[in-house]
Amino acid sequence: MARIIAGIGTSHTPAIGAAVDLGKTAEPYWVPLFKGYEPSKKWMAETKPDVAIVVFNDHVNAFDFKIIPTFGLGCAAEFPIADEGWGPRPVPIVKGHTELAAHMVQSLVLDEFDMTIVNEMQVDHGLTVPLTLLFGQPKAWPVRVIPLAVNVVQYPAPTGHRCYALGRAIKKAVESWDEDLNVVIFGTGGMSHQIQGPRAGLINKKFDTAFLDGLAQNPERLASIPPLEYLRDAGAEAIELVMWLIMRGALGPNVREVYRFYHVPASSTAVGHIILEAA
Amino acid sequence: MSKRPQEYEDIPGTWVFDAERARRGYHLNAFFYSLMKAENRAEFLADERKYLTKFPMTEEQRDAVLKRAWNKLLELGGVSYAIVKLAFTDKKSYQYMASQMVGVTEKQYVEMMQAGGRSLDGWKSKSERKA
Repeated sequence: MARIIAGIGTSHTPAIGAAVDLGKTAEPYWVPLFKGYEPSKKWMAETKPDVAIVVFNDHVNAFDFKIIPTFGLGCAAEFPIADEGWGPRPVPIVKGHTELAAHMVQSLVLDEFDMTIVNEMQVDHGLTVPLTLLFGQPKAWPVRVIPLAVNVVQYPAPTGHRCYALGRAIKKAVESWDEDLNVVIFGTGGMSHQIQGPRAGLINKKFDTAFLDGLAQNPERLASIPPLEYLRDAGAEAIELVMWLIMRGALGPNVREVYRFYHVPASSTAVGHIILEAA
Repeated sequence: MSKRPQEYEDIPGTWVFDAERARRGYHLNAFFYSLMKAENRAEFLADERKYLTKFPMTEEQRDAVLKRAWNKLLELGGVSYAIVKLAFTDKKSYQYMASQMVGVTEKQYVEMMQAGGRSLDGWKSKSERKA
């Protein structure tokens, strides 16, 4: 049976990817951040998952405004790296797991989550930066990836409750797959940040800390945070944190927090990171 | 029938990209999206006004593009992830665009972030600010 063994929450700030790609990780600005991910890379190298489900959002790269899926599951064999306006990131192509993804779609739709099936998709920094942070710079990614793209760009994003419930349905879908696979799930984006308008640069460490605490201890409370609270208290783009609730829902009721890191800033973002193992 | 005021409109210094802004900004955002291609960026920079006629946006939107009126672009339905492709076309960074929206220099903006970012104090609601 396939099992979801752990969840990883992490920001996906594009500047982090650029810092790696341009060889700037030893610059004083970036040193504390990359140091904070060293234990995570070690954990990942020891954990060696077969598949990573990466919950992320596209930033007007794969999807323009013609079609905006609320939940789109990537079912392709390969996902090319998007050119976001400065050339594609120099990272390996992302390989999918078509069989498991197809099974997940079927299971999720019958479970009343009306997924959009995405058979072709370029993936942007939302997906590739988390891979870089956890796997470094390998020639090929050592894991197969099932991207789950969530609309958090056009208001409203799916609610925290809906995301948490989708996570639970993902757990059920994965566990009903017979092949022995160790699966990890990434919830990406956030934490507090606002990158538009006169209020740009907003950071709310108190909100972020409470969110990180709640992930392990009280995810039901986090799932009930209304959209307005994210927008108002943690910044217009902090709504991305609902994607972490999909990750959390997929881990089952009990988890063990094995690592946590928090750092301000990367560009305009409070970088948050947590690793939770399913207990 | 018209839309009721939304609670998020009380957030200061913020234009939430909701269904109404997405509707008004559709062609504006299509223009930004077109700047992902190098040949389009070159064509735009060669004659900005002419290139903009390809997109059926309003004159007010065109004017905001030509003036790089970043906050106006948000107000008129642009979404930041799309608008930034115009900043990239100008060889500017995201942080530059954010600093212009805030009304400070890029250096000042970066320093604010390194000092921990903008506090929520005084930025939580418009009604609170008036009080």
